Amino acid sequence: MVLTRGVAICLWSLLVAGLPAFQAAAGPEIQEWTTENGARVLFVEASDLPMVDVRVVFDAGSARDGDTPGLANMTNQLLTESAGEWNTDQIAERMEAVGAELGRGAGRDRAWVSLRTLTEPRAFETSVETMTVLLNSPRFKSNELERRRKLMLTAVRRGEQKPGTVASKAFYRALFGEHPYATPQGGTLESLPAISREQVVAFYKRHYVAKNALVVIVGALDRQGAEQLAKRLVSSLPMGEKVRELPKVKMLEQEKVIKRSFPSSQSHILMGQPGMHRGDPDYFVLYLGNHILGGSGLVSLLSEQVREQRGLSYSVYSYFSPMRRDGPFIAGAQTQNAKAREAMDVMRATLKRFIDEGPTEEELTAAKKNITGGFPLRIASNGKIVGYLAMIGFYGLPLDYLDTFTGRIEAITAEQIQDAFRRRLHPERFVTVVVGDGKAAQPEG
Amino acid sequence: MMIRVFGAMLFLVALPGLAKGPVHEFLLDNGLKVIVKEDNRAPIVVSQVWYKVGASYEPAGVTGVSHVLEHMMFKGTDDHPPGEFSRIIAANGGRENAFTGRDYTAYFQTLSRDRLEISFELEADRMRNLTLGQKEFAKEIEVVKEERRLRTEDKPTSLTYEQLSAVAYRNLPYANPVIGWMSDLENMTVEDLKHWYRLWYAPNNATLVVVGDVDPQEVLKLAKRHFGPLKSEKIPVQKPRVEPPQRGETRVTVRAPAKEPYVVFGYKTPVLAQAQTEWEPYALEMLSSILDGGSSARFTRSLVRGEEIAASAGASYSAFSRLPGMLLVDGSPAPGHDIGQLEQALRAQVELLKKELVSEQELERVRAQVIAGKTYELDSVFSQAMQIGTLETIGLDWRLIDEYVERIGQVTPEQVRQVARKYLKDDYLTVAVLDPLPLDNDKPLAAAGGHHGAH
Repeated sequence: MVLTRGVAICLWSLLVAGLPAFQAAAGPEIQEWTTENGARVLFVEASDLPMVDVRVVFDAGSARDGDTPGLANMTNQLLTESAGEWNTDQIAERMEAVGAELGRGAGRDRAWVSLRTLTEPRAFETSVETMTVLLNSPRFKSNELERRRKLMLTAVRRGEQKPGTVASKAFYRALFGEHPYATPQGGTLESLPAISREQVVAFYKRHYVAKNALVVIVGALDRQGAEQLAKRLVSSLPMGEKVRELPKVKMLEQEKVIKRSFPSSQSHILMGQPGMHRGDPDYFVLYLGNHILGGSGLVSLLSEQVREQRGLSYSVYSYFSPMRRDGPFIAGAQTQNAKAREAMDVMRATLKRFIDEGPTEEELTAAKKNITGGFPLRIASNGKIVGYLAMIGFYGLPLDYLDTFTGRIEAITAEQIQDAFRRRLHPERFVTVVVGDGKAAQPEG
Repeated sequence: MMIRVFGAMLFLVALPGLAKGPVHEFLLDNGLKVIVKEDNRAPIVVSQVWYKVGASYEPAGVTGVSHVLEHMMFKGTDDHPPGEFSRIIAANGGRENAFTGRDYTAYFQTLSRDRLEISFELEADRMRNLTLGQKEFAKEIEVVKEERRLRTEDKPTSLTYEQLSAVAYRNLPYANPVIGWMSDLENMTVEDLKHWYRLWYAPNNATLVVVGDVDPQEVLKLAKRHFGPLKSEKIPVQKPRVEPPQRGETRVTVRAPAKEPYVVFGYKTPVLAQAQTEWEPYALEMLSSILDGGSSARFTRSLVRGEEIAASAGASYSAFSRLPGMLLVDGSPAPGHDIGQLEQALRAQVELLKKELVSEQELERVRAQVIAGKTYELDSVFSQAMQIGTLETIGLDWRLIDEYVERIGQVTPEQVRQVARKYLKDDYLTVAVLDPLPLDNDKPLAAAGGHHGAH
């Protein structure tokens, strides 16, 4: 067992510093084109290592589930099962026998299939050929659907034994109400049994089309090689149509407090509201502000107050999760049941003070130094660059996003942060979820 | 999912992976070993200080003390008040953390390459000058207890693994959890930490590993400047701990609130550091990858697909620990099957390895994965440093990393069968089963399901 002192910190709290030497920090050179059938491609040439990463991203996340929670994930999971002439065993063997790594996943906005392979010709050819067939000719066999259904049901039940998962599901449901972001990505015990093969096939046909796709390539290929790769992967997909826009997220009209009794030694606390979206005009200001509030690991204000000063929690944090539409702003912690109320009070007070007063100049300078100075760390590996390209491409952010990143951060003032937090965060209308075994998790009255 | 439960297996996948880069090794006069690997792909550097101490060094009554000390290492020295370490690193754009395992305690920073000296200055300072104040300790021990609640008390699979280790080892200190038993945490004092710090934190019990866009001679110069003046210590010699032969299967049941049953079992196995037959640990690594080295490996192919008896099934083994550990197997049953059926199916897979030779195709697949992994691993300076630090700290030579591909490549089907027959015996087996208790508190009480409105 390996224990780490800090908490696994999300992508956005990678720490960074901002001295003059870094101000010119630029991102990698991104090349962009569109395939004949309409799929957008972003490519960064990285020839140091004889390997290639490729990720094909579709606007096919669980926000597209419609009335059937779990449909997007089910479809995505079945993409690594039988396809073309090969069954699942053969596909797995073809990839692994050449050391290739096949990945897939579906979040709320996006679904993707990814590949990491050596450029050595046999590995590259075999893995790319296989991935092409997976994307273009999935079989969606009934027995495979049945097996996946059982696995997804098991995963839902496993979530029910984790207080953190119980809290998170309740939080999203309350925060997003009727919006498609409300339902759990893995489906529910009610929805999963009803998913039919016809639904899966229809979902695939509608969403896994060229105009709804983004191809991201990072690795030891030249432009021509990358163009050929993108073409192979997606040129057989029908052009299709971009999916329609998601509805906007409604702001909460009143406070919601949700309490769940759970036989755990800790209470899990989540509080928040709809936050911001990718490309939001306040994005950089809110990002930097939250870095100070709860996004910079152990040096954040929340961590200082809840963990360092009072020893109440191992993990306490806040973050904005920007999505296509306003994703959540979440502040969270876990503490022994008897201390849950105290922890919540300290979190609320810290949040309120930050909204009322904004950051001090000292806090602002420290956060800027952290973010700008650590910029090289953000783009230090092919794996990280793939993540950025997928985000930039999917959300239609400008290609100079990384080049201008440190400059945008440098330009922000304390007043801007205070103004944006006052305008955007409304603790009096927060959703608060407490799951645990103490008084704080018991309904009142 | 194995990785999450068995943190000790962190390197199972990561180890095969260091390509030949220019690695330089130095020894300072005070005994600090400095290992520098150049990697010029990005203008960054990772610096790690590894101490040869961890949970497996801890005597009864103070389990978890290594990990608590790791937390306290951020709580200040004479020159730097509590929290300043992290603030300085943050202001320099760095990323930092620390981790404790059974065999090591390590601290790291990742920084822009021109900030390396900042890390050296701070690490050298806290290697010898930690304050260890009562006030800071009183708060931090509560944080660690919260960490234990989060990682173990409220996680039925973690509780099950903790019980497995506790009953499997009769003498080896691997019986104790890295985070420590709750009662030991409750009774720990700052004096325990001072004692532990004095015993183990000295340059001659540490390895400094630096990987990144740096000049090794420059690194040496900086290391001498900051770590050079530190005094060495007489480091205690550990008495050898030897596990007595197990003479029959051991079983333990864990009843805890849960929804899904779970089984984990382990066979006592040798490791490289103490192996009498050098190829055996490599054969066990190969064996474990044949069971669980991807979607085409036997467990997923035969039990998750195939028989559809498992919702998940995993195997893990690491040749790289200080003392002999276990080859672990775990899983959850698919709907419609009970935990007993799953255990039988997992054990039948183990039996098969004793009867039939594995195919050349399976060996070839693992070899290809190991070779490719070696390249993929170079995408991260952090994992390169981890590999060097781990091997050094458990008493092996980091150069073994370069031999790994070759040694795995030499494993034959006969050798896999031989180690299966020799070590995967029922008599050497310990089984832990999670028997779910109803989560009877989880019904929403009264209006608790959606308690809207006033607060």
